[in-house]
Amino acid sequence: MPRTAAWLALLAAAAMVPLVIRSEYVIGTLTLMYFFAFVGQGWNILGGYAGQFSFGHALFFGIGAYTSSLCFLKLGLTPWVGMWLGAAVAVGVGLVTGHLSFRYGLRGAYFALVMLAFAEIFRVAATNWDFVGGSFGILVPLQGHAPRLFQFGDKRYFYYVILAMLLALTWAVARLERSRLGYQMIAIRENEAAADALGINPYRVKLAAMALSAAVTALGGAFYAQYFSYIDPAIGFGPANSIEILLRPIIGGAGTLWGPLLGALLLGLLGEGTRGLVKSYAGLHLMLYGVILMGAVVFLPRGVMGALRSLGVGAAERA
Amino acid sequence: MTAEVVLSSLANGIMLGGLYALVALGLTLIFGVMKVINFAHGSLMMLAMYATFWLATTAGLDPYLSLLLTLPAAFAFGYAIQRAVIAPVLRAPEHNQLLMTLGLALFLDNLALVVFTADPRTLLVAYSQTTVPLGPVRLNLPRLLAFGGALLISGLLWLFLKTTDLGRALRASSEERDGAALCGIPVGRVHAMAFGIGTACVAAAGGMAVPFFYVSPEVGNTFVITAFVVVVLGGLGSFPGALVGGLLVGVVESLGGLIFHGSLAQIGIFALFVAVLLVRPAGLLGARHA
Amino acid sequence: MTLIEVRSLSKRFGGLQALSEVSLSLAQGEILGLIGPNGAGKTTLFAAVTGFVRPDGGSVRLDGQEITGLPPHAICRRGLARTFQLVQPFPELSVVENVMVGAFNRTRSAAVARRRALEVLALTRLAPLAGRPAHALSIGLRKRLELARALATEPRVLLLDEVMSGLTPTEVDETVEVIRGIREAGVSIIVIEHVMAAVMGLSDRIAVLHHGELIAAATPAEIVQDRRVIDAYLGEPLAGKRE
Repeated sequence: MPRTAAWLALLAAAAMVPLVIRSEYVIGTLTLMYFFAFVGQGWNILGGYAGQFSFGHALFFGIGAYTSSLCFLKLGLTPWVGMWLGAAVAVGVGLVTGHLSFRYGLRGAYFALVMLAFAEIFRVAATNWDFVGGSFGILVPLQGHAPRLFQFGDKRYFYYVILAMLLALTWAVARLERSRLGYQMIAIRENEAAADALGINPYRVKLAAMALSAAVTALGGAFYAQYFSYIDPAIGFGPANSIEILLRPIIGGAGTLWGPLLGALLLGLLGEGTRGLVKSYAGLHLMLYGVILMGAVVFLPRGVMGALRSLGVGAAERA
Repeated sequence: MTAEVVLSSLANGIMLGGLYALVALGLTLIFGVMKVINFAHGSLMMLAMYATFWLATTAGLDPYLSLLLTLPAAFAFGYAIQRAVIAPVLRAPEHNQLLMTLGLALFLDNLALVVFTADPRTLLVAYSQTTVPLGPVRLNLPRLLAFGGALLISGLLWLFLKTTDLGRALRASSEERDGAALCGIPVGRVHAMAFGIGTACVAAAGGMAVPFFYVSPEVGNTFVITAFVVVVLGGLGSFPGALVGGLLVGVVESLGGLIFHGSLAQIGIFALFVAVLLVRPAGLLGARHA
Repeated sequence: MTLIEVRSLSKRFGGLQALSEVSLSLAQGEILGLIGPNGAGKTTLFAAVTGFVRPDGGSVRLDGQEITGLPPHAICRRGLARTFQLVQPFPELSVVENVMVGAFNRTRSAAVARRRALEVLALTRLAPLAGRPAHALSIGLRKRLELARALATEPRVLLLDEVMSGLTPTEVDETVEVIRGIREAGVSIIVIEHVMAAVMGLSDRIAVLHHGELIAAATPAEIVQDRRVIDAYLGEPLAGKRE
């Protein structure tokens, strides 16, 4: 199949990049692009497929980042294990917040606000809790090149780690999209009453989406903390992070498999295009994001993927 | 902990709560009329605070006097924003409306960051530290003025909504958007007016906070996240709900500050929020749309 | 054998008594027509039976089991499915995917669900449209899709809320055939319908609601002679009346 061949070629190219290009800058930019696609896909499971817009996904991101770093700092546990513990904690917190929100059918703006509030609770708590580093946050102690501890002497290893994570996730979400749970999530997004009439328990399906979404976002947060060897309450739990997480899937197309990746690519390219300007003025890139977001809402209300679809590209895709 | 400490904290909470109520009133008015949650509300507040700050430092204008300039300007700005940015998405899915105001907030906050830098600024006026005795406690004068101003503005807004034609039109379109259109109310203009008034409310709150608070590009978010909690507690779109919710949250935050130190007091607010979610979700969904 | 047993079901909305002590039963393999003027409580009855509205009093039994007060999805899982008067397809999904969502009621496997969905599409004569996005269908076909989706949940009882109004005469005839086919497959059916000729021809029995009360339940031949029904609803010459 030419389609499969094209994807394999793209994948091979992605795998080759660090071998061909030596520039740490390019590798770093791509690493972050993959990373944003990864957490964006995490948000997409709940916000896109299941249609439950969360404005507080930094909650799960921060939990992943903090849990993996704390386990290493306090217990000497490798972040390779800690990241899964973080995902487990995020699932637990996600189930609690989800239960509170979905039990009474909280949706739309109410749900978005409640998630924001939960993330804020964690941010304020982390800021005031000295055990987790307070407002300063956590510096992950560096051990040189220690692959077993999620630390690498060469940033290119991180590139491969996040590439592998993104690949696995894309594969898993592609499977999810074609599964019972995936269809039930979409059905609830499209029409909750109709889904309910067809034997779908909206509460349980939303909780499942929340759990998956929380776990993925937490894994992304754990990667971030190990990549930068640092996490603090604002980076981890702050509203700005929640916005960063949802921006790319929205721009690319929420509820589509490729939306988060496309969004990450586009915003990545945009960031590069305006790098000179952005360097001289702090905040300029977020200002641009604001303009893009407003423009996207008006001109691409279903993201780039939605626009492509209505142009007929991939129209037969969902047949 | 003496009774005086508790009382003065209570008084502080009530005064702060008045300000929260005013911020929340603007938010709830906008929501009531056009069913849009304005994530840029805090950014509008921040702009008004900078305007007040600069009028004071460059023209020597007293922050309370400058309300005469900033309020009409805020109204006009809100009106224009509604026309340019909100009106095009009024019939779009709810999440796209949220994203629109979120984009606007990102833009305005970071515009301020580029123009004013992240440095917090503080305006000192002659009466910044003046206190007024009330029984056993001493009230900070700027806070008291802000509280009085917030009550005054809320009262005027209430009268305006109850007694004027435009006020009635606002309430009519908050009850039934399409019905109002059928009754010949120019819904587009009414929406823009509502956004203008909502902006003026939050601008007033911002301006009156300047003498006792700092100004920075993200200062509005501190207030507005609290205001979200207030309106959800009081019922989105409810005028009395915003007032009562504002005072309640102000008191909870202030008393929470006695028990927890620093910003941990904010947790009290969010705990309140979650508690309402748990035990009285009907109140939370007060203005649930059918 | 009685499959559905509705006992003195009541529901009040504010000052309006939408349902007042309605009792009704549906036998295995039966098609029951539910008619009455607009606002008579037909759709409320469906909503109360399928869990979308909590009745103020009375009970609903499905095959002897109490289902009153259960949420809609639990009722669907027990084998009672419904369609909506205002069709509610999942617009972003294709026709076959819409039906698969129903089929997932009985299977975890996407392959099985797809196979089952294609069978249902064949039965409801929608097979040629399987790959179309649901939002691209005409209103008549959307009503058919609504029916197909409910059928895919493999119900024992199907409640159809005006699946024929608004259709062309040819589409009505087709739908009547489809409903007969569904009954042949062993599903018992209650239809709310305004298209009189169709509902009279299709139903074994007719129940008439008026102001939330059941005023008659009998064979079509008896119903058209019933004085109360004629006064309340049908009007004088009734053969082939259509709204």
